[in-house]
Amino acid sequence: MTDILVYVPNSGKHAAEVLTLARTLGDVAAIAFDDAAASLAGEYGATKVYQVEAAGADDYFVDPKATVLIDLARQSTPGVFLLPSTDEGKALAARVAVALENGLLTDVSGLEADGTATQDAFAGSTVVTSKATKGFTLATVKAGATEPAPAPGSPAVEPVAATVSEADQRVRVAERVDEPAGDRPNLAEARVVVSGGRGVGSSEDFALIERVADALGGAVGASRAATDAGYYPHKFQVGQTGTTVSPQLYVAAGISGAIQHRAGMQTSRVIVAVNKDSDAPIFGMADFGVVGDLFQVLPQALEEIEKRKLAKARPGPAALSGAPG
Amino acid sequence: MNIVVLVKQVPDSGLARQLDAQLRVDRNGANNVMGELDEYAVEAALQLKEVHGGEVTVLTLGPGQATETVRKTLAMGADKALHIEDDAVGGSDALATSKILAAALGRLEWDLVIAGAESTDSGMGVMPQMIAARTGVPALTGARKIEVDGTAITVEHQRANGYDVLSASLPAIVSVWDTINTPRYPSLKGIMAAKRKPVETLTLADLGVDAAAAGPAAANNEVLNAADRPERSAGQIVTDEGQAGSALAEFLAAEKFI
Ligand SMILES: Cc1cc2nc3c(=O)[nH]c(=O)nc-3n(C[C@H](O)[C@H](O)[C@H](O)COP(=O)(O)OP(=O)(O)OC[C@H]3O[C@@H](n4cnc5c(N)ncnc54)[C@H](O)[C@@H]3O)c2cc1C
Ligand SMILES: Nc1ncnc2c1ncn2[C@@H]1O[C@H](COP(=O)(O)O)[C@@H](O)[C@H]1O
Repeated sequence: MTDILVYVPNSGKHAAEVLTLARTLGDVAAIAFDDAAASLAGEYGATKVYQVEAAGADDYFVDPKATVLIDLARQSTPGVFLLPSTDEGKALAARVAVALENGLLTDVSGLEADGTATQDAFAGSTVVTSKATKGFTLATVKAGATEPAPAPGSPAVEPVAATVSEADQRVRVAERVDEPAGDRPNLAEARVVVSGGRGVGSSEDFALIERVADALGGAVGASRAATDAGYYPHKFQVGQTGTTVSPQLYVAAGISGAIQHRAGMQTSRVIVAVNKDSDAPIFGMADFGVVGDLFQVLPQALEEIEKRKLAKARPGPAALSGAPG
Repeated sequence: MNIVVLVKQVPDSGLARQLDAQLRVDRNGANNVMGELDEYAVEAALQLKEVHGGEVTVLTLGPGQATETVRKTLAMGADKALHIEDDAVGGSDALATSKILAAALGRLEWDLVIAGAESTDSGMGVMPQMIAARTGVPALTGARKIEVDGTAITVEHQRANGYDVLSASLPAIVSVWDTINTPRYPSLKGIMAAKRKPVETLTLADLGVDAAAAGPAAANNEVLNAADRPERSAGQIVTDEGQAGSALAEFLAAEKFI
């Protein structure tokens, strides 16, 4: 079987997806820089884990990890090398590509055993298939490419001791600033996303979007017009230059549906739009659209949602008769 | 401080875009514009020049019509430009492009290179790291803020849930997101002045790059097939006459989201 090399960052659904996809192609050798990554690799069916010990690697940007990945790719001559399509994954893949003079496919949403990759072009309006014609298949895998499926095993662990050379200490990570994530689900991974756009009109009124998100157990998103106007923090921006989401349900309220916005949400399973302009492009992709004022429509929908939730939570009449008090 | 800005001409993302018969980005049919994020790169360079002095040079690799994009950067305020134009370049992959751009950078004097975080057409987002690998300078990619103090450069690298403060020494390469600034519009005066600014055009041979290292024959991958994404089937659109909120809730319940 082909050997599939996979870079596993320490967290999340995206890494699990890449491992799940990799498993369909051959035997997976995972590269892990910490215990969390190593156990994720084991849980998702890697047969081998390169457990890298590189003291100080985290204090520097890209270079130390790139050096380790380049060395491992050189030694293990994989048939396929996959990384997640994150900023880090792409940066590392670019480094590997140049060092090995090997081609690179970015943002693949599918990969067959014969090396045929599926990629989106032009913000998703075109779907292409492509293939490496030289060297091995080096690719970054887009979030949502596959459903992560655990396949726990006990991979052979090969420790890799690496030192961070002086050349790899050029870009220092002086500080990491994490903005609090809050109680809602993570935007990129949420099952339901409720987004507001310029039509929401103010940061105060984003509370309405939050209430709808909470009623549906979802995350809150925003269009760039909304984040630019300061209605909602930038990190919640959905789209080409924000987060790409692929939830079961995407609700767009007061969002026109510009191509850059669509690029980040068009693979959502069900799309709902509320917009007072019947010509808004968002309606062209909505499974359910309401032409109307979001300040009328959403509060009414909320009331109805709460009613239905209560009705569900309350035992039915049959159960009631036998229940005490 | 001398700055080189990397800009790429791309088909306007607001209009229909397609691949041509050879499955390459169709640059003839579409209205071509400067890459969206590249405008932010130009603006970042101009703002740094306003503080630190020096010259801003624009570097582009692309067909003849890319001159229009070059003119726009000069009208915004860049001082001069280098345009690499060669028929052998069409159909190159990212590896070859990075080789050519790195060779072109070797002919310019710079302390800092600024690029967009990703191009609007290929959207790979790899060029700045590839060029860093080839030129051997530190790469501080995905910036939402840049500060230069002497030879020290500090950027805020944007992440989904926060940011990292990165620091390095010049010369360096950075790439920028659209959170970094608001690009200026060229003024009428700028547009007039741009006509007199120097634009040098060079070929691969001028750069000492073997034409066989570029183009489709040298590419490491090929596009097999392209298709329009199937349109999402048109759903149900209701106009609110007082009850659409309830109808919406009903739809969500039917889809089992409640
Ligand atoms: C380099 C670049 C990158 C970009 N990246 C992104 C990105 O990542 N994500 C993104 O979203 N955009 C991005 N954009 C911006 C994009 O082009 C659009 O400008 C933006 O998506 C518009 O946001 P909007 O739909 O909220 O605003 P608008 O287009 O102004 O639409 C507002 C909508 O709200 C409706 N409305 C107003 N009031 C109400 C009401 N009371 N009830 C119901 N409807 C109402 C209006 O009819 C209108 O359709 C990018 C642009 C560039 C140049
Ligand atoms: N042909 C080109 N000429 C000049 N700059 C380019 C070219 N291709 C890419 N770039 C630069 O690299 C950035 C990222 O491009 P990409 O890796 O293609 O997404 C762009 O925003 C540009 O700044």
